[in-house]
Amino acid sequence: MDEIIVEFLTESLEGLDQLDNKFVMLEQNPDDRDTLASIFRTVHTIKGTCGFLGFSHLEKLAHAGENLLSLLRDGKLNFTQEIASALLTMLDAVRTMLGEIERTESDGEEGYANLIETLNRLKEGGSATPAPRPEPAAPPSPPPPPEPVNAPPAVNESSAAENADASDAGSELLPPGAVFLLEPVPVPEAKPSDSPSTQQPEPTATPQTPAETGAKPAAQPATQALERTALAPAPERASPVPAPASGGPGIAESSIRVDVPLLDKLMNLVGELVLARNQIVEYTLLQENPQLMAASQRLNLITSELQEGIMRTRMQPISNIWAKFPRIVRDLAVSCGKQVRVEMEGKETELDKSLIEAMKDPLTHLIRNAVDHGVELPAVRHASGKPEEGCLLLRAYHEGGQVHIEIADNGAGINPIKLRNKALEKGLITLERADAMSDQDFRRLIFLAGFSTAEKITNISGRGVGMDVVKTNIEKIGGVIDLESVLGQGTTFKIRIPLTLAIVPALIVTSGSERFAIPQVNLLELIRVTEEQRDAAIEYVHSNPVYRLRGKLLPIVYLNHELGLTATAKVLNIVVLQAGQHQLGLVVDQINDTQEIVVKPLDKVLQDIPVFAGATIMGDGRVALILDILGIAQQARILSDSHDQNVAAQLRQAQEREAEIQTLLLVRSPGNGRLAIPLAPVSRLEEFESSHVESAGDVDVVQYRGQILPLVRLKNVLSASYSSDRLARTETGAFNTALLQVIVFGDGARRIGLVVDEIIDIVQDVFETKGRATRVGVVGTLVIQGRVTELFDVQSFLQRMMPLLALAEEA
Amino acid sequence: MADYHQLCTFFLEDRFFGVDVEKVQEVIRYQVVTPVPLAPPVVRGLINLRGQIVTAIDLRRLLQVGDRQDDRRPINIVVQTRQGTFSLLVDRIGDVLEVDQSCFERPPDTLEGIARELIQGTYKLQDQLLLTINIDKLFNLALLNRHRATAKKTE
Repeated sequence: MDEIIVEFLTESLEGLDQLDNKFVMLEQNPDDRDTLASIFRTVHTIKGTCGFLGFSHLEKLAHAGENLLSLLRDGKLNFTQEIASALLTMLDAVRTMLGEIERTESDGEEGYANLIETLNRLKEGGSATPAPRPEPAAPPSPPPPPEPVNAPPAVNESSAAENADASDAGSELLPPGAVFLLEPVPVPEAKPSDSPSTQQPEPTATPQTPAETGAKPAAQPATQALERTALAPAPERASPVPAPASGGPGIAESSIRVDVPLLDKLMNLVGELVLARNQIVEYTLLQENPQLMAASQRLNLITSELQEGIMRTRMQPISNIWAKFPRIVRDLAVSCGKQVRVEMEGKETELDKSLIEAMKDPLTHLIRNAVDHGVELPAVRHASGKPEEGCLLLRAYHEGGQVHIEIADNGAGINPIKLRNKALEKGLITLERADAMSDQDFRRLIFLAGFSTAEKITNISGRGVGMDVVKTNIEKIGGVIDLESVLGQGTTFKIRIPLTLAIVPALIVTSGSERFAIPQVNLLELIRVTEEQRDAAIEYVHSNPVYRLRGKLLPIVYLNHELGLTATAKVLNIVVLQAGQHQLGLVVDQINDTQEIVVKPLDKVLQDIPVFAGATIMGDGRVALILDILGIAQQARILSDSHDQNVAAQLRQAQEREAEIQTLLLVRSPGNGRLAIPLAPVSRLEEFESSHVESAGDVDVVQYRGQILPLVRLKNVLSASYSSDRLARTETGAFNTALLQVIVFGDGARRIGLVVDEIIDIVQDVFETKGRATRVGVVGTLVIQGRVTELFDVQSFLQRMMPLLALAEEA
Repeated sequence: MADYHQLCTFFLEDRFFGVDVEKVQEVIRYQVVTPVPLAPPVVRGLINLRGQIVTAIDLRRLLQVGDRQDDRRPINIVVQTRQGTFSLLVDRIGDVLEVDQSCFERPPDTLEGIARELIQGTYKLQDQLLLTINIDKLFNLALLNRHRATAKKTE
């Protein structure tokens, strides 16, 4: 089943369980607005989500309920037992439908038209008693036939397993007796046959009298189920349905929702436990106590298993991000006039949640690039003898304790000559250097900031910010990205990222009497050169030491030298490491052992030292630093990236010479114009439901991250006749859209939200003001994307909002 | 001027300093410090504070008082700043003093360099002067970097 549907079911069922209690509370205290509002919210959420997921029957029902609830909440209707009954019946119906969704992924045929009618009638202030209806099939006259009394139990039996949930819940939530005895509410529901398509199978079940309605709500879902089975025995329903009662627990029971912070905390604790375990194992080895030894081994095992278990709770399949890609690709392809098919391999590959989050943007970017630049137009493809439909292949797999992700397109490939010329044209590389560079080196130029070969800047890509960001983001989480490209055949981006960030196996080495940890992902092999061979083993290429490893030259880096420590060892211990695409031999004084270490970030003060990736606590309680192999390689200038970096530095200077690149947020201003807001002072973009807007005095506010966020409308800010103290509400009344787009400025306790009609785009470029300001709140006008756009005056806006900020603090 | 009144006091040689007591998390004895190669000299290294790795800053070096003798082990004052938790290495810990706002005075104009930026002012106590340190400024990255730069120049 779709992840999103599972989530929806879990969430909704949880919500419904709470609602049962809340209704009971409400009946005891009918004026409790808070409870009403919370019931309303739950129903509203269910409605919204299922509308989104396409469960139209469920949506209609929830909508009817929501309408009624909103009147109650606003105090336009009084909460009566009649209404309570109708709403509770609605809850049961929703529950039944959710059950149906869980089994069949559709909300069933049943439309509950009668129930909806009842809810609507109650909303009009009428009673639940049905208006006289043309069909005489359900006369309210009480000729109580013997069957109905038996019918519900019989029905229950026949489909007991299937409806166990619904009927149980139904009977549980019945507030003690009285409610349902009073009103003949369920009468209309007894005939769910209003929709012409379904014809009631047993008219006997229909003529029910108020007297038996007590049993009704429970029986009702069962009746429908029976109807369905009797009428349209779909092939899959003929086979025994995996009923919740027999075939394993339902979704609601088999999963619980846990806060991510809690998981993070558990992860930290397990990290600590691993450290403590390391300590105990270390001390145990010193003692000669077999019992202690056995206990410590057991502790060792359990800890490892616990660690693995906790890590698995945080693991998510990569399909969580991939699921959105076919749509993105489709939309993009359509807008570029291309045909692209997406194929996925290894969707179920799991990686840590935090990594999933971190990979989302880089992957999206790569995919957009592949569609925009990689795949050619159908005509071009046809001309070069390829099928018109391009293919984008996403692959993920585990290998060597890492997750490999590949994004391959069968498009035009990257032309190294084009990149070379572009780089020469921009003055990024000299001719001599260009001659020394390989095709692969040229292709890697795309990872430089500000480098773009797209002829034309589209709103999809081509601004030259992107690939460098992708690379930085991937490296930030300890990953590596590289590309392979064959001209005319396509491009493949290969990404390797660690499985998890928190606990990594590492090799502990000593240098200059300090211990250092080297992540094992970088480790290739260990070489030991004795004192006698030492001088012969190390040779020099110009003054750079190298070692012959199986006939190939391995550049040697002395850790002591790089870190400014003094060497103590006489033998030569070489740790052969993989740094990006290069190998290097790191000489250390001593090689200790391997250990699971818990990575802790370094303080900001130390973060600009490139050679350290973090710190960890060793078995003896002392702190050891974790080496960043890429950083060391860069510092030692092993990587050819070092000259890439020179290029990047030159590029940066070139950019600084030009002008500062600005990032602007484009929004629609009142009167259908365009307004650009500098993104720098914006802390977040948020969406609020307009029903969440409350007021404090004259100010519209919402609750936001445990604080009160004052809201101001853009229209009012731009209006000349504003007065600062009444700014927030120069126009009273509710917001006319359900979802408010809010730009949040400021941080901490001093935040303010600017409500805009629509956020159009984010643009990044060098902008020059072209015209003068024509109204309050605007600095000037400029041309963006070929349209005249006003530039918002953030400074004066924030200044004018000062009183409001103070107000919010008081509130 | 912030209106706090309680200061956690300490000594560097015979100089008397104080930091806002609310910023101080704890005061602990000497801890084994793991030095961080290539770090600014004011960073003495990292200590293990019950599983948390905390950066230790030598106040002597930061305020250019001159290094303490090897046989004297510093005391750690663990402080919470906006930039995170740090440990300040000082010579000796003093009392928590309640100070009167009226005897506060801004630092004299003759004070220069890092000290000028770090020292918020002085409380004129009866027998000596108590210098207050602005903790949040202390860990300003730029400041540390500049300090590293000046230290290099003097080398």
